[in-house]
Amino acid sequence: MENRNYISSYCAVKEGEVIVDHSTSYSEKTLPSIDFIKSVYKHFQLNYPKFYKMDHLCKLAFVTSELLLKSNPVTQKYSSEDIAIIIANSTSSLEIDTEHQNTISDKNNYFPSPAIFVYTLSNILIGEIAIRNSIKGENTFFIFDKFDPDFMSSYINSLLNSGKAKCCITGWVDFYENKYESFLYTVEKEKGTLNIEHTSEQLKKLFNN
Amino acid sequence: MDALIDQLKGEIIEQLNLEDLKKEDIDADAPLFGEGLGLDSIDALELIVLLEKNHGIKIANPADGKKIFQSIRSMAEFIKANKK
Repeated sequence: MENRNYISSYCAVKEGEVIVDHSTSYSEKTLPSIDFIKSVYKHFQLNYPKFYKMDHLCKLAFVTSELLLKSNPVTQKYSSEDIAIIIANSTSSLEIDTEHQNTISDKNNYFPSPAIFVYTLSNILIGEIAIRNSIKGENTFFIFDKFDPDFMSSYINSLLNSGKAKCCITGWVDFYENKYESFLYTVEKEKGTLNIEHTSEQLKKLFNN
Repeated sequence: MDALIDQLKGEIIEQLNLEDLKKEDIDADAPLFGEGLGLDSIDALELIVLLEKNHGIKIANPADGKKIFQSIRSMAEFIKANKK
């Protein structure tokens, strides 16, 4: 089996900008983080009532994955069991963990919110993407100090080369204290229109652009 | 009763993050779950917290939940009957 794998599409959301496959598809530099993410949702008319109930991290993952899969609808090409989702970040679910802590820190005002509590795990964002797109393949969430192209390229290539998945939705989604950055991309055996080999070097270039 | 219903609508929009809804969009007699607002099981837990946090009322018998949370009007009637 051919051991090369390719980045077939990507979507990056950071610094008030949405970039899909090298092109800026939306930009709004004046809004603070979460307002910007909500504006992306409205701008692209991503109709999903559950969106507003999500925490900030899941909202960011949701809009990024929606735009990625709009550009490259891999769920129409592969069976649900053949698509993996592997995502990483550096702050885990700390943003919502802190919010949850605030609801339970005062014993005289102890009202933990179920809707907040359900998001106090970073891999919930993978679940949100999987539920939305009926994806049932391998999934893992990693926490690193920073985006690690060496690890991600090696891990995802191994996943595809071993036949555990035929396609992978992968990348980085981080949100903490109004700082946000997401970069999700699809990896396949086919070159796709981008025709970028899934190597550490190529990943570094794309992520830092 | 109308003032309490109006207040409840605001509290539900805020507590359940129903940002795309306004008070006037919500029918006080429409079902909260399934049709109507389309709330889910996590929302049901939030409504129990809302009753306790905002109105100081605990639901003693969980089996009563279905009746209490039938609609915003039934919630308001329950609050009115149980407010200390």
